[in-house]
Amino acid sequence: MSLTRDDVKKVAGLARLRMTDNQMDELLPKMNNIVGFIEQLAEVDTDNVEPLANVARSTLPLRTDEITDGECRDKVLANAPESEEGFFAVPKVVE
Amino acid sequence: MTNLTDLTIASALTGLKNKEFSATELTQAHITAMENARGLNCFITETPEIALKQAEESQARYNTDEARALDGIPIGMKDLFCTDGTQTTAASHILEGFVPQYESTVSGKLWDAGCTMLGKLNLDEFAMGSANTTSHFGNVINPWKDSSGSDLVPGGSSGGSSAAIAARLCLGATGTDTGGSIRQPAAFTGICGIKPTYGRCSRWGIVAFASSLDQAGAFARTVEDCAIMLNTMCGHDAKDSTSSKQEVPDFTAALEGDLKGKKIGIPKEYRVDGMPEDVEKLWSQGMEWLKDQGAEIVDVSLPHTKYALPTYYIIAPAECSSNLARYDGIRYGLRETGDDLRDLYELTRATGFGEEVQRRIMIGTYVLSAGFYDAYYIKAQKVRRLITQDFDDAFEQVDALLTPTAPSSAFAIGENDDDPIKMYLNDVFTVPTSLAGLPGMSVPAGLDSKGLPLGLQVIGKAWDEETVLNVARGIERAANFTAKPQILGIKEAA
Repeated sequence: MSLTRDDVKKVAGLARLRMTDNQMDELLPKMNNIVGFIEQLAEVDTDNVEPLANVARSTLPLRTDEITDGECRDKVLANAPESEEGFFAVPKVVE
Repeated sequence: MTNLTDLTIASALTGLKNKEFSATELTQAHITAMENARGLNCFITETPEIALKQAEESQARYNTDEARALDGIPIGMKDLFCTDGTQTTAASHILEGFVPQYESTVSGKLWDAGCTMLGKLNLDEFAMGSANTTSHFGNVINPWKDSSGSDLVPGGSSGGSSAAIAARLCLGATGTDTGGSIRQPAAFTGICGIKPTYGRCSRWGIVAFASSLDQAGAFARTVEDCAIMLNTMCGHDAKDSTSSKQEVPDFTAALEGDLKGKKIGIPKEYRVDGMPEDVEKLWSQGMEWLKDQGAEIVDVSLPHTKYALPTYYIIAPAECSSNLARYDGIRYGLRETGDDLRDLYELTRATGFGEEVQRRIMIGTYVLSAGFYDAYYIKAQKVRRLITQDFDDAFEQVDALLTPTAPSSAFAIGENDDDPIKMYLNDVFTVPTSLAGLPGMSVPAGLDSKGLPLGLQVIGKAWDEETVLNVARGIERAANFTAKPQILGIKEAA
């Protein structure tokens, strides 16, 4: 199956990547090339095979539900492009 | 005095203990080498002042006989490990100027053990690449040259790490390996690199690319030095839920073990079409070397090998698109001005991410999108299980596998850039190990007809880094690889 220009536009929107028409034109054949490559998997018989999500060979640990860190507001904000009064600042979202 | 930049970690530790030189002298020699070799572009950020301060503290401990495991050893840190107070970029414009307020677990362990930090090493942007050509801070140049004299790639993604060690700018370095990012650059630069079992090293504080594959590991010029580094880097960490509680052995104890009776598997599917004769020849040579030391060579089959790359190029981009969703221009990193929030997100990400990273985010978003998730992502996870089972079956018969590390030696910068698939094929021998989460190591074994280094890869069972190191040491012993690259940080006396 190959992608169309509209597919590329839709995926770019989902991925929150702004692309010019030119960029999408350039990307389309490259993505189709990669999608063609990964589609080889269709020929593998995977009936009755369980998907493998993670190779970590241990069960996920549980811990007590308690607060173990915090009180580091300034550190959290240290790399913010913009902050005000101890908060992240963003453009107006509600009129 | 001996050339301090040409020591191994093991011999440097002995020299420091015997007071043949001071930790400050050792670190200063490497700072000078680093400055001399800026043309290779190995470092994104140099931190000589931090290194010298740490060296002074190390020396004080030597003076009072309280030296730690790696006291005074100058290393480079891949710029994917967050370092408290020192810029960490992942070689991306989107993280330029990001100064972590915390230390990654692995880097913290190395500083606690006494290493000195020369700087943050260049890499492919977000570790996505096999040639170090996708870095926002420019490509790294391999210190090795062929007769054409053109600049060659150092491999990727940990290309700064591999080039810096080969050029004698540091004694050891960290790397991360998602599909071959430690083993392939090690092979391209004639040094050793090991990716331990998934879960051996904590991923906490390492900028994430594909979380089910990412694993930290070590680079150095000898197998023993890699074992010494791993001793410090491995271990359980409560901050990483996939980090293992498996006991960490003394890896150096495994090095001189006998290879007699060890069964070494040769996977027949790794004899790929178009493999250069030099690579083929070296692989056979490797088998002979191990046989001479008493090992038994056994033919094995890993039938799903050819599906490893397409599986990887679904799973890795899918996890990448998910992990990189966090770069939104709000909490850290680059922010572009937009009319509204969505505009801000889209402009920030389009400006901040490079071409290869955007391409992988796009592929990842596509394979995870409604209607395609089962056909691509779930399918890839199923094939991943089959690939893992192939290894389990092979390890019923053998103790370790021997393969070439990469299908070629280092190539020229710019070559393969126009065709992503061709670039991805570099990782054909390393990706299956990553998908199965197994330990793998590249060890330099010889030069090809162009005079460039080639590596052999040893793959082991889960948690059996000891056999990997033991077999790699056997190859190192037989290969006696002493060739050096043409560009060195400090020229040797004639």
